[in-house]
Amino acid sequence: MPVVHMCTIVPISMTVGANRIVPTVAIPYPLGNPNLTPADEKELRRKLVRKGLEALTTEIHGQTVFKD
Amino acid sequence: MSKKRIVHYINNFYGGIGGEEKADIPPQKHDGKVGPGMALEKELGDAATIVGTIICGDSYFNENLEKASAEVQAMIESFKPDLVVVGPGFNAGRYGMACGTVAKIVDENLGLPVVGGLYEENPGLEIFKRHAYFVPTGNSAPSMRTAIPAMAALAKKLLAGETVTEGYFEKGLRVNYFAEQRGSKRAVDMLLKKIGGQEFETEYPMPAFDRVAPMPAIKDIKKARIALVSSGGPVPKGNPDHIESSSASKYGKYSLVDIVDFDETNGETAHGGYDPVYANIDLDRVLPVDVLKEMVKAGEIGSLHDYWYSTVGNGTAVASSKKFAAAIAEDLLADKVDGVILTST
Repeated sequence: MPVVHMCTIVPISMTVGANRIVPTVAIPYPLGNPNLTPADEKELRRKLVRKGLEALTTEIHGQTVFKD
Repeated sequence: MSKKRIVHYINNFYGGIGGEEKADIPPQKHDGKVGPGMALEKELGDAATIVGTIICGDSYFNENLEKASAEVQAMIESFKPDLVVVGPGFNAGRYGMACGTVAKIVDENLGLPVVGGLYEENPGLEIFKRHAYFVPTGNSAPSMRTAIPAMAALAKKLLAGETVTEGYFEKGLRVNYFAEQRGSKRAVDMLLKKIGGQEFETEYPMPAFDRVAPMPAIKDIKKARIALVSSGGPVPKGNPDHIESSSASKYGKYSLVDIVDFDETNGETAHGGYDPVYANIDLDRVLPVDVLKEMVKAGEIGSLHDYWYSTVGNGTAVASSKKFAAAIAEDLLADKVDGVILTST
């Protein structure tokens, strides 16, 4: 059962040993951005979640950061 | 002898500039001591003066690592210090990372000694311990009372040019010395003791890596069941299980069946380590339920596990986290979950 860690401080994620890592927006709102319109914010969240799903469906051989 | 010059790095909270709502402020410099610098300077006595203090919000620092590092470095240089003190950061994750990063730039770019204070489980310690003399502290601010004298004592020794070998977390640097016996003799002696079932002490302890092999990827995402887990403290409105805002002693399991979209009426965060305003208005920003529900409808993923699991990863002990994770994983396996999205703040 693969796990994708979606978080903003990637170095901590690396240190604690996450294997699939997707960097996110900001500490208080990893999967959003209050500065955007609600529609744009949701689209941003959808993109990030899709990136997370991409990580879950990608075979890896060590710690991997899935960037844009 | 003239007094040595120290620059002190602290976060906005210890700098007396608000709380979490101000954690996004960029670095600023002040002449002289601020906050914990008062007690520090008193302990330093005639040995040194705090000539300047740099204050920066933890969220700003961590979200703008390169920019913040460059800004802080320039401010530190402007004071021409002999030594830099960071924190103490106790068990505050973002603060520890900021203290560690500052230690690294001072060590690598300015070649000055750095003294700090961190709790043993602070993630910043593991990453940056080789760049500073980090004094072991308790996990929160009440241990300031013992941390400051210990940090001052180390700083004084370093400023006096003394070699220090204890009173801080091992930096992982090797020091040459002449042993009485040569290596082969010591190795054979150790081996004989081991075979004989006697106590022996290794000369090179292996680091305790806590790693798991990556799990195989999901083959068909359109049929996969996905689950949501978070250390950002997302809970139903009112925090029914009273999960603690820091050092959580439990996790919660909450039904997603009736939630299509989070808003101010049905969700909030229990986490006390970041500004909760944005999560309390729209918890989808921490736990992306709205888009995942739409993805299930659109057939992008097979299904969503009916529950989400949440705890507060704010100063929470590693031992507790392991216990929560084992229980959550059993639950997920029982429901044949294929993949997990774990969010952290």
